[in-house]
Order: sequence, then C-alpha cells, then structure tokens
Amino acid sequence: MITAADVSWSYAAGPVVAGVHVRTEPGRVLGLVGPNGSGKTTLLRLLHGALRTPTGRIEVDGDDLAALGPRETARRVAVVVQEPAGESTMSVAEMVLLGRSPRLGTFERTGARDRDVAAASLDRVGAAHLAARPYAALSGGERQRVLIARALAQEATHLLLDEPTNHLDVRYQHEVLALVQDLARTSGTCVVVVLHDLNLAARYCDDLLLLGGPASGGRVVAGGPAEDVLDPALLEPVYGIGVRPVRLEGRLHLLFEPLARPASHQPVSQPHLMEETA
Amino acid sequence: MSVGVVDLHAAERAQAARTTAWVVGLTALLVATVVVGVGAGAVGVPPGTVAQVLGHHLVGMPGEVTWSLPQDAIVWQVRLPRVVLGVLVGAGLAVCGVALQAMVRNVLADPYLLGVNSGASSGAAAAILFGFGSGFGEHALPASAFLGALAASLLVLAVARSAGRVTSVRLLLAGVAVGYALYATTSFLVFASGSAEGARSVMFWLLGSLGLAQWDLPLAIVAVVVLATAMLLTGWGRRLDLLALGDETAHALGTSPDRFRIVLLVVVALCVGVLVSASGSIGFVGLVVPHLARRAVGGRHVRVVPVAALMGAVLLVWADVVARVLLAPQEIPIGIITSLVGAPFLLLLVRRLHATTA
Repeated sequence: MITAADVSWSYAAGPVVAGVHVRTEPGRVLGLVGPNGSGKTTLLRLLHGALRTPTGRIEVDGDDLAALGPRETARRVAVVVQEPAGESTMSVAEMVLLGRSPRLGTFERTGARDRDVAAASLDRVGAAHLAARPYAALSGGERQRVLIARALAQEATHLLLDEPTNHLDVRYQHEVLALVQDLARTSGTCVVVVLHDLNLAARYCDDLLLLGGPASGGRVVAGGPAEDVLDPALLEPVYGIGVRPVRLEGRLHLLFEPLARPASHQPVSQPHLMEETA
Repeated sequence: MSVGVVDLHAAERAQAARTTAWVVGLTALLVATVVVGVGAGAVGVPPGTVAQVLGHHLVGMPGEVTWSLPQDAIVWQVRLPRVVLGVLVGAGLAVCGVALQAMVRNVLADPYLLGVNSGASSGAAAAILFGFGSGFGEHALPASAFLGALAASLLVLAVARSAGRVTSVRLLLAGVAVGYALYATTSFLVFASGSAEGARSVMFWLLGSLGLAQWDLPLAIVAVVVLATAMLLTGWGRRLDLLALGDETAHALGTSPDRFRIVLLVVVALCVGVLVSASGSIGFVGLVVPHLARRAVGGRHVRVVPVAALMGAVLLVWADVVARVLLAPQEIPIGIITSLVGAPFLLLLVRRLHATTA
C-alpha cells in the first residue's frame, strides 16, 4: 500500500500539488485524472520518489519513501514510464530482463531464475512471441505490453503507469487497461494509473482522484469510487466543458457538449453530442 | 515459477555463444596484430623472429638466442612497448566511448566530449613551450598533460553541477564550452611562445603519437587504469543499459541516474586523462568502435564493453603500423590515420542507421 498524507509540491511557477492525500488498496485500480497541467504526472512521480522531496509524508508498505533508496523502492514499486527508448538495439527479452535489476546486486549477473521470471512476465502480457524481436521495431501497443512485462519482472506489489494509452488506437487502449485491471484483480497488486480519457477511467478504474491543478491551487477536487467522481457537477468546472452521463448496458459513459462559440459564428442549432477522443 | 511459453535460456545461450565467438576471434586477431605490429617499421623483423623474441622474454621459450642483438632490442625495447601502448590506448578509448555514449544518450559522443583532451593539450603545450612541470623530470610532458586533463574534468563537473541536476544535456554543454575555452588557451600558448619548433611539437602531440612508449612507470599506470576501467564498466553493464534507456527508466529500475552519471564521469575522465597524457588526442577510435561492437553483439553493455575493448586495441595497433610504414622512415601522427579511416566509416554508419530506423 502507498499512502500519501498532506503531500504538496511546487515548481517555480507555483504549487502543482497541494495537500493531497492518496491511499492505494491491494487489488484495486486508482486512476489519477484531471486536465492538462493538473499535476497528475507530478503526483505519480512523487509516489515513487522520482521527484524528491515533497512536503508531507509518503509511505510504501508503512516505510517512509524518502528513506528508501532507489533500489529498495524499485523492489516494491514498479513504474511504466513514457520515455523514448532512443537508439536502443536491445531485444524484447533483454528489455524485460532489465526489470530484474532492482533484485540483483550491482555486479551480479542475471541467472536462470531471472530468465524464468522474465519469460513468465512476457507470457502474462501475451507478448511471448515477441521475445526475440528488437524492441525498437515494435508498434506502440506492443511496446506498452513489453514495458508492463518489464514492470511485472520486478515482482513489486505496486504498479504505477503514466498515461499507458498514449498514442495507442482504441483497441490497444482497451487491451492495455484490461490487462492492468486483470493484474490488480488476480495478483492483488496496488495499481495507480494516470489517464486522460475519462471514459477509460470510468471503465477500468475502481477509484479516482480528480486533480484541479493550478486553477484550484493544486488541490484534489474529488476522490472516491469512480462513479462518484465522474459527476458532471464536479467535472464541468474543472474541465470547462459540458458533460452528459449516459448509461449503456449498465455502464457509465460520458458525452461532451460542444463548446459555446463566439456570437459572430453561426449559432449551434442543435446540441451535438460528441465522444471525447482524448 | 513455471517456465513460460517462451524459453529465454536458449536465447541467452545463443547470445553468449555469439559473444564468446567474437571475443575468441578478436583475441586471436589481437595476438596476430601484435606480432605484425612489432615486426613492421623502418627496419622489418620477420614474424617468426618476433614470435621467438617474445617467447624468449615472456616464457623463456626458446631458450637459445638465434637472432641478432639489434633485432632483440628493436623488438623488445623499441617496438613492443609501443604496440602495448597502442593496445591499451585503443581499448581504453573504445570503452570510454561506450560509457560516454550511454551516459549522454548520444551515439555521436566520444571520449573527448568532456573537454578532457583540450585540458591535456593545454597542459602539454605549457610543458613543451614553457617547461611547465619540469619538477616531474623526464615525465614532465605526460604529468602536466594529466594535470590539465584533471583540471578540465573538474571544471566540466563543476559547471554541469552548478545548475542542480547533472543531466546529459548539461554535461554536453559544459564539456563543449570547457573544451573550446581550453582549445583557445592552447592556441594562445602556441602563439605567445613564438617558437616555430615548439609549435610543431605541440601540433604533433595534438594529433597523437605512440612514440613516447617505453617500459616505464607511465606505461604501467596506463595498463592498470585501462584494465580497471574496462572491468568496472563491464561490471556496470546493466546500469549502463538503464542509463542509456533514459533517466526515468533508470530511476524506475533502481539506479539513480544523476549519481551514477557523476561516478561514471569521474572514472571516464580519469581514464581518458591518463590515455591522452600518454599518447595525445587520437580521434575517432572512441566514436566509431562502440558502434562496431554494438553491431557485433547487440545492445547489452556487459557484452559491448569487452568486445569494444578488443576491437579498439586491434584498430589502433593497425593504425600505428600504417603511421610508421606509410612514409617510412618518417612517422605520420596516428590521429591523422584514425581520422582519415574513421570519418568515411562514420558516414557509412550514419547512413545505415537511418536506413534501419526510418
């Protein structure tokens, strides 16, 4: 479990995250949502110590995060970051094996068990057939799955993902998030995921934290079960767009109203409804 | 833990076998290169005789001397230290190039990027033109070159750290800035001395030469430093992999990128400082060899570093042979040879790189 109590963080421009409380539960998916610049990614980076050191206290399984070294943190918290891999010439299998790094001493070589874990992780995300391919040659969706496999190879009890659906087509967005949800359900992992798309958040997150960003002084606007947070009364002021909830076969979907246009433009005769495309 | 559908053990074995094949092949090539390198020059010594002299001195086989004393002196006293220095400098530049390319995440990085060679050049120019470091006696030139290298690296580190985090971009900028400043210093020293002969010696030194090599303390220092650096970088292979993938990834997998980059900077600067002091600035080896090594054995640094070391050693000894033989008895600065061969080679690499990623 990661718990953050009264955590704040400021950049030179002002506070991005202020007085935030977070609590992750085993087997549940916590989504961080909010408009651009609302501090979702900043908060995620604070939760695994990539940004140091906020005011307030963050604990991982009861231990102060600030006191854990990077290796010990990586044994408990696995992170899927969005970072271009550069000119990497590594194979997929080698990429996933790197997930064992925090489990090995600095000069220790990877062994048979490490390869078994890496193979099982690749298998778990349905990417076993990619093992021998060069990582750089994969599609966006395949890369995402391989990075999740690398995170699984860390054998951590927490999984943090920063916008894992970025640049993926609809089918892959759902595939990746369904996989993440399934990992939480079957392995009891605490999952935290930063998402842009509120409909994906509605579908795959158990709990949500709606961040307001600088407009609200970096505070959390709402937190709790997903369906409670995805309330038009909460969302509309934060995002500045009209929201209409729709239920389809029992599931919550959000539709968004067209933005009001300046008077000189043709008035909108009928309120068109459009699905958010993130 | 059940083994998944995919068997990574077989892949690992295949990769390891491939690396072993490269290491064995390159080692054999290196031994042959050393024999040829010792034999070649203004006075040629047949490879058979070279092998006999080496065997006699190293393992006492053959025990009976069937060659002339001048031949013995040429092989053992003149050429071998030079070839050994070539092996060490080539290997050292190659592994430092590998580390720097990982460290700043740029495939065009080379060991001189951090301004180390400019600092060494200033030190060498001060020694040649103004007798700086005469307290070190016969080792005045390498000693003051090393002091210059050390000063340059400390300056780069200080500039890069002054803004807080030591990112790769800051490191690059600091290295380039310090490099230009010290290059200007060297030029100024040459200009101010007004000595045409001194200017020529500085020029010769700037272009690199293995001519200072003999069995002495500086050569022993070079040997220890290069071996230690190569072993350390091989041991750090996985951390180099992580750093090459990016700061976020390195941190997520348990390595603090800023701290590791500073440690690497110190190790590499020390090694390059020692190399430059012994042989001047020999360009392109540290830039091109890492690419060759990655092509041969893939992206994992635990394999790339030793293979690059062997490739660099072979390449530099051959470059030195050409430098000695081409206009014999006159010697061409070795840096001219490595740059002439390296530049078109690099163009070829860039073309292929773009062909595969585009």
